Amino acid sequence: MYAFTYQRPKTVRQAAGLIAKNVDAKLLAGGQTLLPTMKQRLASPPAVIDLAKIEGLAGIERKGRTVVIGAMTKHADVGTSAIVREAIPALAALAENIGDPAVRNRGTIGGSVANNDPSADYPAACLALGATIVTNKRKIAADDFFQGMFTTALEEGEIIVKIAFPLPSKAAYAKFPNPASRYAMVGVFAAKRGSEVRLAVTGASSDGVFRWTAGEEALRGRFSPKSLEGLSVPADGMISDIHGSADYRAHLVGVMAKRAVTTAIGK
Amino acid sequence: MTTTGIGAPVRRKEDFRFITGQGRYTDDIERPGQAHAYFLRSPHAHANIRSIDVSAARAMPGVVGVLTGEDLAKDGVGGLICGWMIHSKDGSPMKAGAHPALAVGKVRYVGDHVAVVIAETLAAAKDAAEAIVVDYETLAPVVDMNAAVKPGAPVIHDVASDNVVYDWHLGDKAATEAAFAKAKHVAKIDLVNNRLVPNPMETRAAIGEYDAGTEGYTLYTTSQNPHVARLVLSAFIGIAPEHKLRVIAPDVGGGFGSKIFIYAEETVCVWAAKKVGRPVKWTSDRTEAFLSDAHGRDHITHAELALDERGKMLAMRVKTKANLGAYLSTFSSCVPTYLYAPLLSGQYDIPAIYCEVEGIYTNTAPVDAYRGAGRPEATFVVERIVEVAARELGQDPAAFRRKNFVRKFPHQTPVIMAYDTGDYAASLDKALELIDYKNIGKRKRESARAGKLRGIGFSAYIEACGIAPSAAVGSLGAGVGLWESAEVRVNPVGTVEVLTGSHSHGQGHETTFAQLVCERLGIPIDQVAIVHGDTDKVQFGMGTYGSRSGAVGMSALSKALDKVIAKAKKVAAYALEASDADIEFKDGRFSVAGTDKSLAFGEVALQAYIAHKFSGQDLEPGLKEGAFYDPTNFTFPSGVHICELEIDPDTGVTKIDRWVAVDDFGIVINPMIVEGQVHGGIAQGVGQALLEGAHYDETGQLVTASYMDYCMPRADDLPSFTVGATVTPCPSNPLGIKGCGEAGAIAAPPAVINALTDALGHEDVTMPATPQVVWRAARKAALRAAAE
Repeated sequence: MYAFTYQRPKTVRQAAGLIAKNVDAKLLAGGQTLLPTMKQRLASPPAVIDLAKIEGLAGIERKGRTVVIGAMTKHADVGTSAIVREAIPALAALAENIGDPAVRNRGTIGGSVANNDPSADYPAACLALGATIVTNKRKIAADDFFQGMFTTALEEGEIIVKIAFPLPSKAAYAKFPNPASRYAMVGVFAAKRGSEVRLAVTGASSDGVFRWTAGEEALRGRFSPKSLEGLSVPADGMISDIHGSADYRAHLVGVMAKRAVTTAIGK
Repeated sequence: MTTTGIGAPVRRKEDFRFITGQGRYTDDIERPGQAHAYFLRSPHAHANIRSIDVSAARAMPGVVGVLTGEDLAKDGVGGLICGWMIHSKDGSPMKAGAHPALAVGKVRYVGDHVAVVIAETLAAAKDAAEAIVVDYETLAPVVDMNAAVKPGAPVIHDVASDNVVYDWHLGDKAATEAAFAKAKHVAKIDLVNNRLVPNPMETRAAIGEYDAGTEGYTLYTTSQNPHVARLVLSAFIGIAPEHKLRVIAPDVGGGFGSKIFIYAEETVCVWAAKKVGRPVKWTSDRTEAFLSDAHGRDHITHAELALDERGKMLAMRVKTKANLGAYLSTFSSCVPTYLYAPLLSGQYDIPAIYCEVEGIYTNTAPVDAYRGAGRPEATFVVERIVEVAARELGQDPAAFRRKNFVRKFPHQTPVIMAYDTGDYAASLDKALELIDYKNIGKRKRESARAGKLRGIGFSAYIEACGIAPSAAVGSLGAGVGLWESAEVRVNPVGTVEVLTGSHSHGQGHETTFAQLVCERLGIPIDQVAIVHGDTDKVQFGMGTYGSRSGAVGMSALSKALDKVIAKAKKVAAYALEASDADIEFKDGRFSVAGTDKSLAFGEVALQAYIAHKFSGQDLEPGLKEGAFYDPTNFTFPSGVHICELEIDPDTGVTKIDRWVAVDDFGIVINPMIVEGQVHGGIAQGVGQALLEGAHYDETGQLVTASYMDYCMPRADDLPSFTVGATVTPCPSNPLGIKGCGEAGAIAAPPAVINALTDALGHEDVTMPATPQVVWRAARKAALRAAAE
């Protein structure tokens, strides 16, 4: 790790002010990506702005047909939250299966979403549930937020404050973990709300999380795994590495989508 | 059996220390004035070094010293050695390229040591390392063995212009060819034995220290054999004479073979300590461990098995290419030769065997012994081809094995080994019963109904442990003898310290060695201390690997205990005023036969030290005895493992459903520790079969250099194991011990792959059989079924 300035603002406004003055500074949420990268000397930000002491950034509340989760809420807290478990059990189950206990007790939903790792779980939930990402400047629909691997709609100095999830009628997440890292090699979040069906896929594409629209189309007729029989995603643009080639990942998208729908209708 | 003697499942004495964080590992040791070393490593797989400019690095804050291979050479420090001479078929010696501890003129793999920075802190050392300017002339690398031996391939060492270290063979070629000529059936197989990274929980570490007053060096290091490290550092590398070099291997957190070897880092730390006048500490981080610990396995093999019309084995021929990496590590040369080919007879009566092995240089990390060392590779060949042969002949794989088992002992194989004892059918029978083999068809049908593919796989392994008779290994090229030593110091109050040349780095010697003392001397286990891992305390020892601590190390202890008892009887005779011949020793008491006169062991010990009851001229005072034990043969643990698994053809995920292990380890000192060794071994073997694989890309970068990409087995990858045992005591050592450390890792890979290929109905599955590999294999099976 290289030397850096450590800053710990008390308010979002202070944090925004600090980052405005120093665009190369990094915001620190749970640090599950940033700190290992810095320790390996792959990142050398001049300053780290720790969001941990900002009040009101963590917490979970139900507002009518929406669950609102503060950006600094840890995965473990989402996973074990009575509110989330009751309102969107698929989201709680997803959070409980991120990384390992150490990661879940440090990593935050805002950090994960802002980082938009192509193998992260939360982006699939945000996209499939039609979440709204609320920042210190505006509200961004998930469809507009995720813009490709490690790329989001966030502008310089923009800080995620909370994420609002509308309640689905049916939802489930099926994850095929990378055997080594246990990140999603393919993760499919299926959600149905009224007549709207969404299938969000993480881990598979070199463009990051995406919606499988052909699958959604098929499920709109009947929300059943049978509707997905014979459908497949093209292998073009899928990630190819030693753990899974593009065609294997493309195949797994179909399998995991069916499993997600099966679980969703089982509940 | 007493509650703490031989055969008792005594809880490990050392575990309280370990699980409460009170273990003392090398990295826990802080020496006064200690500075920190950081090694600048090559980012290139193959490059000439035109120049190294360390001037800017030396000027960085906190830097104590920056040293390169030139400095080593100036001080006359020799290169790292390979201690086992292998001769090629034509009689020529192996081609060992120079292996300086810091590169001179050339780097040969990513992670090769270029320079060392020593600084007040590790961070300062890392900062300064970035200021070292190395002018590389990159060369084409070669990481693939087949490519390395093609004409025109990049030459890694000038001494081996074709990158072949040796072209070695074993066995009777003519007899083998003759047997193949009359065979009714020949089974053939091509195999890749995947490269593994050892991954002990504790990474390697070293602290070098120099005392200018005594002109003595001390090296604290993560070693499985501190005396061998001292011998090599003294006699070959030339750091200091042995009496001026103390090597301490304190608590060591796992080795699996990778801590046998004498590496660049500890060599540099102990040399640099004098150079900079400060203790120098280095601890490997995990990425460095992936890059620079000696890797394991990495073979390509073609094998053929000749059979008669009834399926009796007639002969086997095997041709193997073994990747030795960029340099010859300490014992690398013997692993794919004398630790491999002599095991190719397996549990079977095979009249003729011929094996050829080419050892090959590539631009990859050195490859050396890793849990099993050659024996897992041999067992994978034998148990895969035996399975294939049974299938091709349409014979039940269990019955086919049984028909070909060695039944009479001793049995001389055609490849050096003389098996002393065993009962292979007994292990097979017990394993078949424990796995409920008779209902496997039913279980397969149930899986099929659920859309799954179920398979069962056998592995009837043998290994050669308790290494080894010194004269025998000497005749095969070993640079050392493989005896062991022990010393028993009885204190005046009757407590006992055992000094052993064996080294515990997870094996539980503090418990098992103490159990032998309890058994023999009849004293409580808490009155026994086991001392190991310090060349200033223990006179000499060959260390721990190849399951030799029980069979060889404890045999030395047994001999020393015999001497202690014999001497104590003499003391007791004086003290009890009887003749030596009338003294009996039982349950910790010396008594005069036919009387009620007796003394406890501790009372006799006191008599030995106060020496009031005998003349020092008739009997030496004191009670301390030592012994060296050189084994008469290898030991031959064997057993049958059966793996039953289920494949999800939609994803390629393999779930191991049942695992039965029936092992014959001879006499067992502590069944709980043995079971733990079996569990760990199976986990590592399953890791090799399904999960683990070191992968270099074509430029020689290690793709699997962290746990993000290198997949270690985890608890949820494994079922509960059913462990059984059969016992044929080993006749080749006084305790009847065979050894158990490698068995699981040897047995497991073919058991898994035989089960997978059984489930799939074809043989085309490579290790590691990751979900992707199995998915493709399942698709191939489905296409084949559709075509039929």
